[in-house]
Amino acid sequence: MNKFKELTAIAAPLLRINVDTDAIIPSREMKRVSKEGLGDGLFAGWRYTEPGSRIENPEFILNRKPYRLAQILLSGANFGCGSSREHAVWALAEWGIRAIIAPSFGAIFYGNCVRNGILPIILPDERIQVLASLVEADPDNNLIEIDLEKCTATGPDELTNTFDIAPSDREMLMEGLDAIAVTMRYDDEILAFQARDRLKRPWIYL
Amino acid sequence: MGRTIIEKLWEAHSVADLGDGSHLIYIDRVFFHERTGSIALKGLEAAGRKVRNPEQVFGCMDHIVDTIPGRTDETMVPGGTAFITTTRAAAKAAGVNLFDLGDDRQGIVHVVSPEQGIALPGVTLVCPDSHTCTQGAVGALAWGIGSTECEHAMATKTLAVRKPKSMRVLFEGKLGNGVTAKDMILYLIGQHTASGGVGYAIEFAGEAVRALPMEARFTLCNMGVEFGAWTCIIAPDQTTYDYAEGRPYAPEGSVWDQALASWRTLPTDEDAVFDKEIVIDCGEIVPQITWGTSPQQEIGIDGIVPDPAAEQDENRRQSMERALEYMELEPGLRLEGLPIDSAFIGSCTNSRLSDLRNAAEILKGRKVADGVKAICVPGSGQVKKAAEAEGLDKIFIAAGFEWREPGCSMCFFAGGENLGLEQRAVSSTNRNFENRQGPRTKTHLASPTTVAASAVNGYLSDVRKMESNHE
Repeated sequence: MNKFKELTAIAAPLLRINVDTDAIIPSREMKRVSKEGLGDGLFAGWRYTEPGSRIENPEFILNRKPYRLAQILLSGANFGCGSSREHAVWALAEWGIRAIIAPSFGAIFYGNCVRNGILPIILPDERIQVLASLVEADPDNNLIEIDLEKCTATGPDELTNTFDIAPSDREMLMEGLDAIAVTMRYDDEILAFQARDRLKRPWIYL
Repeated sequence: MGRTIIEKLWEAHSVADLGDGSHLIYIDRVFFHERTGSIALKGLEAAGRKVRNPEQVFGCMDHIVDTIPGRTDETMVPGGTAFITTTRAAAKAAGVNLFDLGDDRQGIVHVVSPEQGIALPGVTLVCPDSHTCTQGAVGALAWGIGSTECEHAMATKTLAVRKPKSMRVLFEGKLGNGVTAKDMILYLIGQHTASGGVGYAIEFAGEAVRALPMEARFTLCNMGVEFGAWTCIIAPDQTTYDYAEGRPYAPEGSVWDQALASWRTLPTDEDAVFDKEIVIDCGEIVPQITWGTSPQQEIGIDGIVPDPAAEQDENRRQSMERALEYMELEPGLRLEGLPIDSAFIGSCTNSRLSDLRNAAEILKGRKVADGVKAICVPGSGQVKKAAEAEGLDKIFIAAGFEWREPGCSMCFFAGGENLGLEQRAVSSTNRNFENRQGPRTKTHLASPTTVAASAVNGYLSDVRKMESNHE
């Protein structure tokens, strides 16, 4: 997995609330047992004119220049709510999104982002509205700068916000860590837990 | 100070404190299905890793399989067969349990797991499916994850989890005639929005919850995720113990007694403190129905479609406008009486025996209105068998419903079968998102009895106005 340290990029405002993972990647687009080939189906219901077609809807923001090159998405509350499908994150990543800024995220979606190199940033709604206006005024040049080491996001107005992120999530993104390998450092503790627990709760150990 | 049930389960399952508010939590049970489980198993294979304790890992074919009688591995969903065959092969290679097509225990994960006694009070259980919170109804700490986390849980028997905040929702009072657990949870989401539970593990408690039979508790917990909750849980009581006793994977004899003693220590202590509490007066709740494209866009069946112009918040107003456009509804419209094209009873929300019994009560001696396509999908092979033993299938079929094989079916459209292009559907499922049940299909979520009444009338109906059936 690619490491995430910093990013300065075009941002696309998609200021809707409750953008669910069915919208991000419709079930009919999840055609293969694979993490790949999903970028094409990203936001398919909104990007294309007909369900199942590939005729672009010129109104949708990600189809418009220069937002076609956006690597940051700005959105409304509860982004990524609904289904747990990690395909939503794989589709976003394949399309080119590397960071998403929203007032809140669906919990499963947030965890999926962190495990796939996409940085989810929580900022207040009012600030996101301001960022969106600034970006829309001149999207090619009004970029957003993100620094994961400092946990900051700076707008085209030079104003910087700090954002919260769990240290372990931050480390996972910055180092491109393999989470399973990290956990296996605790192998002794896991075995010890099972040995104790087996006596207390024998019915768990089938 | 006292502890909540969630704190007790958290502490009992903590393998290590990772130091930043997250713990390595021991996972008692992993459950997967063919849509997101196959990729997790393949990921492990590719990395050369084994499933740790495969006897504690279970899978079900539910998402991609057809529900038409006589179904095979060949699916109506394009590319679906690969999901089924890949999962089957990977499960066999890994040595995990699988409820496959042809096994009469097969069905929707969140119906099968408690039914088989795999989900029990006090267990931690994860599944790469957002409705895993359903299983919290037995007093389990059960939550949805992605495929990558599923790989991690299968390989290590643990997950690194950030401790959520705690909320208690007290459902007080008594449910009125015709009002169900489905209406309770829709009402909660309508009152407090689809992001009201974000960041919280939620305990559902109160007089009305205690009075709910087990299957209704599954319905209540099922839509916790639509409330934005990390998960939800109902503390076990005698109803729970009676439900769990004798199930295939539940303990027996002296081990049952030991388990029971352990489970009785789980409920929240009297002096425990929650980060947030909400109180709902159940006497206020009438049968509910969604009008929009988010579960929060819902009202009582006796209500009218709200006007976006009255909404102060710009984001919410735009969301309402979009929803009304998609659903082809005007503000001020009375929902009762709105004609429908299709009706669906099924899904992890409402497909259990009591759901089918209750719907059958409405359908007995009646017929689905002309032109309405009606489908019923029992939640598992066991539910279907039990329903048929009581003759419920005959009632559904005589009324004009299709009686199907178990699976997730029409809850979501994946390129195969759907509830009709641009059709208006009333459904016992949990999501009314745009295009969820079909291309431009307009979904109204409701309880199974509301769905049954609406199917008979051919329009969205108040189930309380249906005269009770008698011979």
